[in-house]
Amino acid sequence: MGISRRTLITAAAAAATPLPRLAARAAAPTLKIGVLSDMSGPYRDIGGPTAVACVQQAIADFGDKGWTVDVVSGDHQNKPDVGTAIVARWYDREGVDLVIDCPNSAVGLAVANVAKEKNKAYINSNSASSLLTGKDCNANTIHWTYDTYMLGKSTGGAMVKAGGKTWFFITADYTFGHLLRDQTAMFVKAEGGKVLGNVNYPFPQTTDFSSYLVQAQASGAQVLGLANAGKDTVNSVKQAHEFGVNKKMRIAGLLVFLNDVHGMGLEIAQGLILTESFYWDMNDRTRAFTKRVLPRTPNNYPSMGQAGDYSGTLHFLKAVHDMGVPAAKKSGADIIARMKKIPTDDDAYGKAYIREDGRFMCPAYLFRVKTPAESKKPWDYYTLLGTTPAAEAFMSPKVEGCPLMKA
Amino acid sequence: MMMIFGKPAPLLFGQLLLGIVNGSFYAMLSLGLAVIFGILNIINFAHGALFMVGAFSAYLLLHWFGIGYWPALVLGPLAVGLFGAAIERVLLRPIRGLDPLYGLLLTFGLAEVLEGVFTNRFGSSGVTYSVPRLLRGTRDLGFMYLPNYHAFVVVAAIVVCLATWLVIEKTRLGAVLRAATENPAIVQALGIDVPRLVTLTFAGGVALAALAGVLAAPMYSVNPGMGSSYISIVFAVVVIGGMGSIGGAVFTGFLLGVVEGFTKVFYPPGAATVAFVVMVLVLLLRPAGLFGRSR
Amino acid sequence: MAGLAGARLAAFLILLALIVAAPFVVYPVFVMQAMSFALVALGFNLLLGYVGLLSLGHAAFFGLGAYVGAFCAKSLGSGPELAILAGTASGAAVGLVVGFLAIRRQGIYFAMITLALAEMVRFFCLEAPFTHGEDGIQPIPRGRALGALALHHDFAMYWFVAVAFVLGFLLLYRIIHSPFGQVLKAIRESETRAISLGYRVESYKLLAFVLSAGFAGAGGALEALVTRIATLSGVDAAMSAQIVLMVLLGGMGTVFGPVVGALIVVAMQTYLATLGSWVSVIQGGIFIVCVLAFRRGVVGEIAARLRLAL
Repeated sequence: MGISRRTLITAAAAAATPLPRLAARAAAPTLKIGVLSDMSGPYRDIGGPTAVACVQQAIADFGDKGWTVDVVSGDHQNKPDVGTAIVARWYDREGVDLVIDCPNSAVGLAVANVAKEKNKAYINSNSASSLLTGKDCNANTIHWTYDTYMLGKSTGGAMVKAGGKTWFFITADYTFGHLLRDQTAMFVKAEGGKVLGNVNYPFPQTTDFSSYLVQAQASGAQVLGLANAGKDTVNSVKQAHEFGVNKKMRIAGLLVFLNDVHGMGLEIAQGLILTESFYWDMNDRTRAFTKRVLPRTPNNYPSMGQAGDYSGTLHFLKAVHDMGVPAAKKSGADIIARMKKIPTDDDAYGKAYIREDGRFMCPAYLFRVKTPAESKKPWDYYTLLGTTPAAEAFMSPKVEGCPLMKA
Repeated sequence: MMMIFGKPAPLLFGQLLLGIVNGSFYAMLSLGLAVIFGILNIINFAHGALFMVGAFSAYLLLHWFGIGYWPALVLGPLAVGLFGAAIERVLLRPIRGLDPLYGLLLTFGLAEVLEGVFTNRFGSSGVTYSVPRLLRGTRDLGFMYLPNYHAFVVVAAIVVCLATWLVIEKTRLGAVLRAATENPAIVQALGIDVPRLVTLTFAGGVALAALAGVLAAPMYSVNPGMGSSYISIVFAVVVIGGMGSIGGAVFTGFLLGVVEGFTKVFYPPGAATVAFVVMVLVLLLRPAGLFGRSR
Repeated sequence: MAGLAGARLAAFLILLALIVAAPFVVYPVFVMQAMSFALVALGFNLLLGYVGLLSLGHAAFFGLGAYVGAFCAKSLGSGPELAILAGTASGAAVGLVVGFLAIRRQGIYFAMITLALAEMVRFFCLEAPFTHGEDGIQPIPRGRALGALALHHDFAMYWFVAVAFVLGFLLLYRIIHSPFGQVLKAIRESETRAISLGYRVESYKLLAFVLSAGFAGAGGALEALVTRIATLSGVDAAMSAQIVLMVLLGGMGTVFGPVVGALIVVAMQTYLATLGSWVSVIQGGIFIVCVLAFRRGVVGEIAARLRLAL
């Protein structure tokens, strides 16, 4: 038989006394995942503690394969320099193998550079910038969940098809706001629609949107596009409601999460059109996932970014198992390459795959927010309007200019 | 359609009105800040956070005790005012008489603590608070639709500011207060309990911030960060008006609201910076502010 | 090291020893960030601790220094020394304008003018195309020190930053203990007396302001090279507050206070980050406790206990 003397001895020793087994267990290879998120600021609810819960759920669902996985978390406070400093320390000092989540595009892009420099793995599942798989793409980064292109295509394109030909944008005067607006406007025009006006408002200092809403109304446009996020979206929708803007215009939130809708309440959010790539009440699998993770995050249901954390972590663990822990720990680019080779399959996102440029390819769902009467249970907020298949939802790799695709 | 500077006139009338609505909040907040600065010589950095606590007080009164908007308008500021009194007694009294810098730093820390605690409890997206039934609906003014509630806020702000001004300028309490601002030692010698007066004033200023918060709750998303976007503008208002000048703070509050409103039409990205441009210009031309006395 | 004597010399030697030992014990990037911020805080202390002027706008000089340094290193391909010099110069130049407008006012008005002008600088940085908005300039190449020594690795960069920091520290020490520094202290004690002694107080204040802004610009450029990123958070009002906190926590008017303060603030940001949303509560709590119980700052308290001048 192919059993060597050494194996026999080890087995005998293991049988003789539990101690060596314990030692072996302690020396079992350990993977470390760092959840970098906004823990104290405006994006806490779409990332934050719920993101950590989703990563832990993925580890639990993956099960014990003879090696352990630790989770650390950090608060980037929406400052790129703080974010990169934390990530560099994690990679260099604390043996972190994967950094995940990372809402806020500025921080998201900065972390991608660190991951490349240190040759570690990075899954961004929560920032919007399509540059992550465009000109700033690299072999260490996967962009999960969504991006500005996909949001613009799904929300912008579909609204025009449904008759919303003329648009007015209210845009956060920040790079991510501009990107979101420009990519949406592109699809509006491509489908034969027209952009009648735009205002760039100061970000993040704006609370009062009434002035911009009045300008939007005066433009006579049919659709109001909100190129902003978080509490700004909540405030603009709430005030649109007060001013009766929602009676004359349809409101499209270009980056709205389930948690924002929860914050607004259905009384105000009803009728809002938005795009997410995950909704907890889509099918049996998403419901099963949500039911499992909820005990870890009882007051905040997961939205697409957090579900992406789950899906990304699970797939990462599969790839690591596939190539062996020591090899995985050696090179982040190798794990990412392996992740691209295996198709993904999990309860949150079903079957999907990762494109060569690091783009996770999932369908985009267009939702309408339910009226209070339609909502039958807690967090029952969305009605599905349409689906954009993965292949169409994201920018063609030929267009986006990712250097990886040329190689 | 009539045009002014290339913009339709109705749009500008609308902006004027909305500017006044925003100015109402600036006025109420800077009023409290000015009162506190006048007597405690402290620049209360936590003023924005206390405004936020005021907005949450309305929400909590409704969800914990089922108390509606109208009673909350009184109970909210009362509760937060009491909290303010406690802050003054415990935290601010020990540093009285020191460089105002320390007060600034301490209240800055306090603001962080308050925001952090509310973020932990309620998350960052915040919660919403409905407009009271009596004030729902909008009114067609010919040039724009104005929600009734916005009109109510303007009226409420004017009443509150006038009342505060009357108390400070026309009553005995106000006279004592002003005297204590000028020379606490003599007022103490006259047998008046100055420390209690100070506590009362601080609580009053905080209650004003909280009242502004309750008024703001139905208009904006009630979230832990809602005060921090106001605080630097309100500083600017108080400085432009002249530190410690009550009337100056109120007038400048409305003025800046309107200036900001027009900026939102002509150059929207500059709307958050225009207050600072005005402040620099005023300070360079009139060092003590528009209504301040140079000391 | 002329002029360093007694307790300060001892403290300086301890500081040097710690700097040499640190990268073998602590994460070097963390220490590099602390040293960069320490330069900013040292310059700020010149203004607050020695002239008694509270600026709430130093983020403008810090952030601009970072952007300009980053731009030089990335787009113009200049070496790290030149990038830092450019950052220093830009900080000082804007400091000249801001200082010229601000020093004519006193106390809270001075603070508010600096705050307002810094907001305008932030607005400029947000709108100017070369800064790339909030995404900032990244990744910044660290280049080669003196055209030869590659700074790509943190260990090499560490010594570069350490040398820059020590040079800056000694320069500042020299300034404080020069006749110029003595006049600044005289102005802090009594401006009227300084005027009646025939000093042109405004020129002294302005020079102090420009020097302070230059240090902030240098620290900004250095920090940008260390973290390899320059973004909008550098010009934010929150950054101004952070710089004030460093000096107050460490002890204003002391020589070593700003260094200790910078270390504490950077440590809080780096190591408390894992506590999630309790960070702001803890940070706020620390400020409250410091103001109530340790007003002289860490170094100030130690110096007072030991009856030493530090």
